[in-house]
Amino acid sequence: MTIPAQALRHEYLRHNKKFPHVWCPGCGNGIVMGALLRAISSLKMDKDEVVLASGIGCSGRMPTYLDFNTLHTTHGRALTFATGVKLVNPELNVVAIMGDGDATAIGGNHFIHAARRNLNLTAIIINNSIYGMTGGQYSPTTPFGSKTTTSVYGHIEQAFSIAELAVTAGASFVARATVYHADLIDRLIKQAITKQGFAVVEVISNCHVQYGRRNKLGGAVEMMTRFKEQSITVSQAAKMSPEELEERTTIGVLADREIPISTEEYKKVRTRAREMKEKV
Amino acid sequence: MAEKSNLKKQTCAQSTRKMSAKKKKHFDVSFYHDWCKACGICMAFCPQEIIKADKNGKPEITDTDSCIGCRFCEIHCPDFAITVSDRKPKRRQNDV
Repeated sequence: MTIPAQALRHEYLRHNKKFPHVWCPGCGNGIVMGALLRAISSLKMDKDEVVLASGIGCSGRMPTYLDFNTLHTTHGRALTFATGVKLVNPELNVVAIMGDGDATAIGGNHFIHAARRNLNLTAIIINNSIYGMTGGQYSPTTPFGSKTTTSVYGHIEQAFSIAELAVTAGASFVARATVYHADLIDRLIKQAITKQGFAVVEVISNCHVQYGRRNKLGGAVEMMTRFKEQSITVSQAAKMSPEELEERTTIGVLADREIPISTEEYKKVRTRAREMKEKV
Repeated sequence: MAEKSNLKKQTCAQSTRKMSAKKKKHFDVSFYHDWCKACGICMAFCPQEIIKADKNGKPEITDTDSCIGCRFCEIHCPDFAITVSDRKPKRRQNDV
C-alpha cells in the first residue's frame, strides 16, 4: 500500500517554501523526492533522526524543500559534510543526495574514499548525464558521442558507470534504478537506509530540457519510455552477452555485502586505547 | 410461514454476498492544479488511458469509474499534485 501523496505533502514538505518546486516540468528529481519520502515514511523514522545533505546542482535543491535536518553544502562536498555529521553523532540516519556531476566530477575523490572507508551512510545519486542547472555542459556520465553545449560535435570521452565505480571502491550496498521504476527506488532506498555500511543508490533520471532536447530524445515522456525499454534486471543481465548489454541499463541490487564499518571499528579502537592507557 | 421468511432472508443474504464479491472497487483521483506543471507523464502512462488534458494542458478525468487504482500517476508525479484514494460512500446528497 503506497502512502498517499497528500499525506506526504502535509507531513514532510516545508510549508514556508514556495511550491510548485523549481525543477522543470517532468523532471525526475521530483519523482526521486517522492520515493525518498515514501521510504522514510514507511520506515517510520522520526523527522529529527534524519539528516539530509546535498551539494550544488538541480538535485541540491531537494533538502531545501524537506522538513528534516538539512544541509545545503558546497559543490561536491555533500559526502564530506555527511561524514562529519555521522562521526559526531552516529545515531543519526544520514542521507547524502547528489547529482552525477556533484558526486563523480568535483566530488569524485570524496565519493570513492567514502565508499572505501565504508561509513554508515546512504548516498543517493541522481544521474541525468549532464550538468543541467549551469547550462548543459558535459559531465563524467555523458555517453560517448552525445551532444551538449561543450561538445557540440559529439562527446569524445567515455562515460563513468557510477554503480560499478562504487562496487569497485568497496561500498557495502550498491543498487541502480531509473525514474520510470519509482516503486523500485522506494524499495532500494529503504534497503539502503537500513543497511549497515556505505550504501549507494544510483537513479538514472531524465534531463529532457538540456540533454534530451540536444540529442533528439524527446520530452520527459519519451525519455521515460526509453528507460522502460532499455532497463533489464540483474538476473536477466547475467544471461546476456557483453555486446547485448552495451545499450542496456541493469537495474536492481548490484552488490550487497558485509564489510567492516569504520564507525564501528572506531569505537573498538577507542576501547582498545583506553585499555592500553590503564595498563600503563 | 416463519420457515418461509427465514429461507427468504437466507437467499437474500446469499445474493447480497455474491453481489459484494463481484462489486468493483472504485477510486477517486484528485488533481492539485496549482502545483501541476502539465508535464504529461500521468496522461502518457495511464494504463486505462482515462487521464486527458483540459484546455490548459493539465490533467482531468471524466470517467473516474474506470480507474483501477494502480497509482502509477500518483507515484510518478514529480510535483506531488495527484492523490489517488479509495472511494468512500457519500454521506449526504450534496457531498463532493
